[in-house]
This record gives sequence, structure tokens and C-alpha cells, in this order.
Amino acid sequence: MLLLALDTATPAVTVALHDGTHVIASSTQVDARRHGELLLPAVDRVLDSAGLALDAVTDIAVGIGPGPYTGLRVGLMTADTFGLALGVPVHGVCTLDALAYEADVERGPFVVATDARRKEVYWARYADSRTRLSDPAVDRPADIADQVSHLPAVGAGALLYPDTFPKAHEPQHVSAAALASLAAERLAAGEELPAPRPLYLRRPDAQVPKNYKVVTPQ
Amino acid sequence: MADEPLVLGIETSCDETGVGIVRGTTLLADAVASSVDEHARFGGVVPEVASRAHLEAMVPTIRRALKDAGVAASDLDGISVTAGPGLAGALLVGVSAAKAYAYALGKPLYGVNHLASHICVDQLEHGTLPEPTMALLVSGGHSSLLLSTDITSDVRPLGATIDDAAGEAFDKIARVLNLGFPGGPVIDRYAREGDPTAIAFPRGLTGPRDPAYDFSFSGLKTAVARWIEAKRAAGEEVPVRDVSASFQEAVVDVLTRKAVKACKDEGVDHLMIGGGVAANSRLRALAQERCERAGIRLRVPRPKLCTDNGAMVAALGAEMVARGRRPSSWGLSADSSLPVTDPHVPAPDDASAGHSHEHVHEVSKENLYS
Ligand SMILES: [Zn+2]
Repeated sequence: MLLLALDTATPAVTVALHDGTHVIASSTQVDARRHGELLLPAVDRVLDSAGLALDAVTDIAVGIGPGPYTGLRVGLMTADTFGLALGVPVHGVCTLDALAYEADVERGPFVVATDARRKEVYWARYADSRTRLSDPAVDRPADIADQVSHLPAVGAGALLYPDTFPKAHEPQHVSAAALASLAAERLAAGEELPAPRPLYLRRPDAQVPKNYKVVTPQ
Repeated sequence: MADEPLVLGIETSCDETGVGIVRGTTLLADAVASSVDEHARFGGVVPEVASRAHLEAMVPTIRRALKDAGVAASDLDGISVTAGPGLAGALLVGVSAAKAYAYALGKPLYGVNHLASHICVDQLEHGTLPEPTMALLVSGGHSSLLLSTDITSDVRPLGATIDDAAGEAFDKIARVLNLGFPGGPVIDRYAREGDPTAIAFPRGLTGPRDPAYDFSFSGLKTAVARWIEAKRAAGEEVPVRDVSASFQEAVVDVLTRKAVKACKDEGVDHLMIGGGVAANSRLRALAQERCERAGIRLRVPRPKLCTDNGAMVAALGAEMVARGRRPSSWGLSADSSLPVTDPHVPAPDDASAGHSHEHVHEVSKENLYS
């Protein structure tokens, strides 16, 4: 197996290669506004450093969020299109799950929270690094404080709101290395991974672009 | 001809997910998935709705285009994609797909300009573009007069709208008339049964001291809305057919008058009209009439090639390959305000020097879509 993993659901643009046993190359750059520019060069660099070409890849794993939509779609669209061109399966991995895995917590419970912008967090509760207890959700920190404030928490969303997450600590962002390891572990165990479709968790803003103004009051 | 470049083009600048395949100036496939129905109830294109739809439609639309064209992806000579202008988030979906596809197939990538693509598409209909080419581009997003001596390297703006795009005016008037979205096709339909001289609506920017090639449709839009609202306030029925015909006449009168003047002034003996509004039947008829009278040859592609599609992007990509233009880098960004003067976005000089295209590592330092 040669698994290419990527995630663009957090400010990190992160790519890793996994041979079924180990992560053999990886790259993580944190820049929330340049996912579109950074991802392909990062894939190229990671393959190059492993001395491999993309056509050696047998599986693709991609973070499906939740995450800010514009960046999230860069990873998903890239993974989808790689899958089409190479004819290999594309697996989805919940980004919060990959972050939980990276946090390496043997005994929880604990919380993973990422920044959802607009003063909200994407979050879920975990029993341990491999076991999620609740569906990913998006909420204002204050509204979930009584469910989470007594628990350890990881992720930039937790570090951003210390009133709600007083026990927040690293890691902040997901790494594709963790995402790849989790995906490889689950695939080896014969588990079915989710489809590579985005977890938006919010309806699209139904705002008409501002240049469409009513001509005269109705 | 088999030695002409075989190029797949991807377009996602607005609400159409377009994937086209051309060989040189021959159209092989034009697959389009539109999210227009999802925007109808908002009366305009909602960017996030469009972006979500592009992500879902992309892979099926690429598959369909390849099947329609009867070619294998491995036979392609290049992938082109709209790099801008357009909706930032929507463009980014197409650019991400094009980069991944080109990279995975080991083909060169060409990020191209949406407006230049609207002009170049006519090669698929009427053969190689004359040089120079005069083009009138009219759509929901733009209304421009452009002069190009080489569609891959030199596009000069002569004039543009100073407020609303022509297609936008159609959408707004359709909304005032409660005709739904998009407004262009429905107004065209009603106008066919109406009298274009029934109401004298204003012709924007046509005074002797006004800029010769710029357009303005905002005043017209307000005048039409006021006229309709006055009728309603008086308790009278609004003559939808006559309003549609008179409004449409005001738009296409100015567009064609200025386009023909530009041709005469610049000594260009033909005119190309593109963009969604070029599908308007009255615009086509009046342009034909005025061009004939002025001894100008009119080139307007069939309506399906005038609205946004992938074939136009493939057509310009094929021209880039044919003329040996430099491909884009893997760090290509979506640029929502890409100037019309940039027909494509080549890799930066330093990035391509000493590297094959497949190993360009440099990325642009600028953030162009924040
Ligand atoms: Zn267009």
C-alpha cells in the first residue's frame, strides 16, 4: 500500500505518504489563506522527497472537515480528481478524528475543537484517540461550556476560547501524517471509511451578492 | 487534424461547471452542469451555493466530457482552466481540479482568462480568429469592448460598463417584472411579442461628450423600474411584453451602436460577440443588420458557446499550446480580479528556469483570493 493523505480543513496545508506501516514523507505549512496555491507544490515535494511518483499511489485519504469551506474544498477537489485520474479509491477521514488521533490520548474523555470562524468552533467529544463519542457539531463556545469546560481539549478552536476550554493544549492543527496513520490503521482493520464528501455543518449563506440591490423600495 | 493540440478545459467562474475538450479549433465535447436552479429563488448567483455545486459536479462532468469526445485522458496535450476573473471560491474549485488532473496525468497546465476564452471560443464555430479581432463581451458579469491582436498574448480593453453589466440589468428588470431568474431568456421571449418602440427608455452614455466605448445600464434599469412602479401605483396593468421589448431594445441599441463604431474607428472589418447576453435574439438580429450596413462581418457563436462553458477554456488552452505559450506553475492561484490584459497566467520566470514543468516548486508569494 502507498497511501497519499491530505487535509485542508484547518489553517494547515498538510500532505503525507504512508506505506501501510510508516509515514515515509510529510509536509505541513500553516497559512489559512493560501490552501489553493500551496497544496499541489506540497504534494510534489512530498513525493519527490520519497523518490516516488504519483502513479505509485494506491489509495488516497482526505480530511472531510468540518472546516472553513473554501479551504476545505481545495483538499477534497484535489483528492477527488487524483482519484479520477489514477483510478484509485479515495477515502474520507473526519478532520477532528485525525486531530484526536494526533493528540494521542489513551484515556479520555477529551474534546477536539477547531476554529469555525464567526466566533464558533467545530467540535466533538472523544473517549480516547480512536473513539469519537459525539457527531461533529458547530457551536458558539459559550453555548457548549457546560458540556466541555471540565474536559481536556485540543485544537486551535479550544486554544482560542480559554473561558470555554480552560484545559486546552496542543496540537492546534491536524497533520496529514496522523490522518494517514489513522486511515491506514482503519483500512488494515477492514473498516469502511466515509465517502470523501465535505462536512459543512452549516447551510450556505443565502445572501444575494451585494451588487444585486433592489431598484426602488417595494 | 491529429497533430493539433488536444486540450481539456475547465470553467467554474460562476454557476456553470463546464468541461470542454477541443482538438485545435475543433469542438469535441462541451459538458456543462449548471446550478442555476439552486440560485433562482435568491434572484442572483449565491457564491457558496455555486462553489458547493462545482465540487459535486466536477468529476462526473470530466467523465462525461471524455466520453462525449471519445478520447482517453492520457491522450490530452494539456489542461486549461479559468484562473479568473470570477467568483473567488468558485474559481478555486476549478483551479484545484485542473491542477490535480494535470499533475496526475503529467500534462502541462494553463490558467487562462475567462474573458479571452469568451472570444477564443468563436474559433470552434467560425475557424481561426482574424487578427486583430474586435470583440463585444456581454454577460451577467461583464460588458466590454476588447481589441485583440493575438488572443494568447494581447487583449486591449477599449471600453467597459461603468456600473451594471448588461446581463445584470436583464436580471434586475426581470425581477421587477416578477419573471424570475435568470432574466435574459425570459425577457427575450416576452420581447418577441412586444413593441420595441412602445416606450422610449434612455440610452446610457450616448451623449456627444460621453466616453465612446464605455457602457452604463444603471440609469436605464432605474428608469424602467420607475416606469413599472408608476403603472402599478396608478392601478394600471403593466404591459410586460412592451416593457420587455423596449428595455431590451435600449440595451442592444447601445451595445451594437458602440461596437460598430469601435470597428469603424479602429479599421477592423469584423466583430465578434460573446458572453451570455450574446444568446439574446434581438442583439444578434440588430448586430447583423448594423454590421451588414457598415460592411462589417459579424461572428457570433451558437448560444450554447456564448454562455459560460468549458469548451471556450479548452479553445484558448489549445491556442496556448499551439503558440508555445509557457504553462502555469503548480502554485497557480485563482484570481477573482484577473485583468483582461492577462490572457493567461504563465509560471513566474524564475520558477521555470532550469526546471521541467513537472518540477516547478516555487509558489507565488501573493495571496490573490483572500
Ligand atoms: Zn462569462
